[in-house]
Amino acid sequence: MAVGDAVESLVSDGDSVALEGFTHLIPFEAGHEIIRQGRRELELIRMTPDLLYDQMIGMGVARRLVFSYGGNPGVGGLHRFRDAVENGWPRPVELEEHSHAGMANRYAAGASDLPCALMRGYVGTDLVSHTTVASVTCPFTGEKLTAVPALRPDVAIVHAQEADRDGNVQLWGIPGVQKEAILAAQRSLVTVERIVDEFEPRPGAIAIPGWVITAVAEAPGGSRPSYSLGITDRDNDFYKFWDRMSRDRDQFTAWMNENVLDQEEAAG
Amino acid sequence: MTVEAATADGLQASAGELQTIVAARRLRSTRTVFIGVGRPSTAALLARMVHNPGLVLVYESGTIGAKPFHIPLSIGDGELAQTADSIVSVPEMFNYWIGPGRIDVAFLGAAQIDPHANLNSTVIGDYDHPKTRLPGAGGAPEIAASCGEVIVIAPHTKRTFVEKLDFCTTVGHGDGPGARERLGFRGKGPTAVITDLGVLEPDPETKVLVLAQIYPGVDVDGVREQTGWDLEVASELQTTEPATAEELSALRELLDR
Repeated sequence: MAVGDAVESLVSDGDSVALEGFTHLIPFEAGHEIIRQGRRELELIRMTPDLLYDQMIGMGVARRLVFSYGGNPGVGGLHRFRDAVENGWPRPVELEEHSHAGMANRYAAGASDLPCALMRGYVGTDLVSHTTVASVTCPFTGEKLTAVPALRPDVAIVHAQEADRDGNVQLWGIPGVQKEAILAAQRSLVTVERIVDEFEPRPGAIAIPGWVITAVAEAPGGSRPSYSLGITDRDNDFYKFWDRMSRDRDQFTAWMNENVLDQEEAAG
Repeated sequence: MTVEAATADGLQASAGELQTIVAARRLRSTRTVFIGVGRPSTAALLARMVHNPGLVLVYESGTIGAKPFHIPLSIGDGELAQTADSIVSVPEMFNYWIGPGRIDVAFLGAAQIDPHANLNSTVIGDYDHPKTRLPGAGGAPEIAASCGEVIVIAPHTKRTFVEKLDFCTTVGHGDGPGARERLGFRGKGPTAVITDLGVLEPDPETKVLVLAQIYPGVDVDGVREQTGWDLEVASELQTTEPATAEELSALRELLDR
């Protein structure tokens, strides 16, 4: 299936959409396709919005953002995210923010089909009064714990190194919360670097059976400027370039027009 | 203010270099350290080169025991995954490794630090109408609650060291003695704040940060001027041992890779 067709059939205006990948395996190609298809009013969910959500927010795709760290890793801030929050450009974005531990547990609860997850966290911070958490008492020990609500996105999209012809997926390297996101979501799309006849076993690899995935699409280089370990390298220079270029609204818009909107889908 | 401390053979360490070197010294006998990118990562790699070759580096991307040759730009660079002893998912990282207190030392940064070493990395100004929207919590709240101890690394300016935080993202010593115990935290909390002028440490009685070390060539008044509260000085203020030639040449070699 082509990435464009998969995105078109799975993502509608107003959906809650989680494009995951923790620094590694970020599904840029699928996110760009969402931008090209002109989707609007999305609730975007992602632990680390990264450049991909900076682009999607700057293009007016998002109504709401659920996240835990909105920075450019190792470089600084995300200027389009900041502009949306500080100045409402190109439109205001409602925020729901958590800690990483909270977001990770919210996905795990979603994958488990539980209403919430229990953890130790948030207490004593100002996050408590600005997000959705609750204090509960352990029925066995009496310890006060924090409950975080399950995440159940309409759609989860992740990128992986390989799929086989039956639609099973294999990914290796930093696994982030990709498996949890797929299992928590109602529908899912995995874009892959390549489709192979048979998987070569890899140490530490995660295999996700095709029957829990809605669609698989081939997208070589589809995680750039993030990376797919063993196939592409992280483009650290691009992350630094983005910090300089994206400060200016006009430069940003011109760059997106030239490099995203005017581009045909990479994977046919 | 600049610091120029000469080593034995005449090399000059900049204030930033000495800050990294002082942070690395704190890891001499540490088994496991949790690090973010930037100066903490550089300090931890330097500690492995000079003081503690067995030091286990843990990054929140899930790489445990990473042994990068180059200083990584992000916490998820490929070299971290390729050299790690183990790579785990984010839920596992927080639930099995950080939460139970398996990590000895955590390095954290912040945009604002208050006298009890509580940290803000969320907003400057009002939350709903921020003057500056910062990245947010990331892993910091639970890392600071559960790791054995926390070392904060930050530039020493009045903008950073403030009497009152605009937003409390991460609890250090809360409102003072007993706060961490009341909140049920496992770790000792911040034991040092390493700046480019010296080292602040919490007073054992009050848990208020006091000036414990000052870099060679820096004067106390200069540090107080750059602190947004009436900074007190420890009864035995120490002058930081200058960078050794070994430390400085190792650091520069690392930065050149």
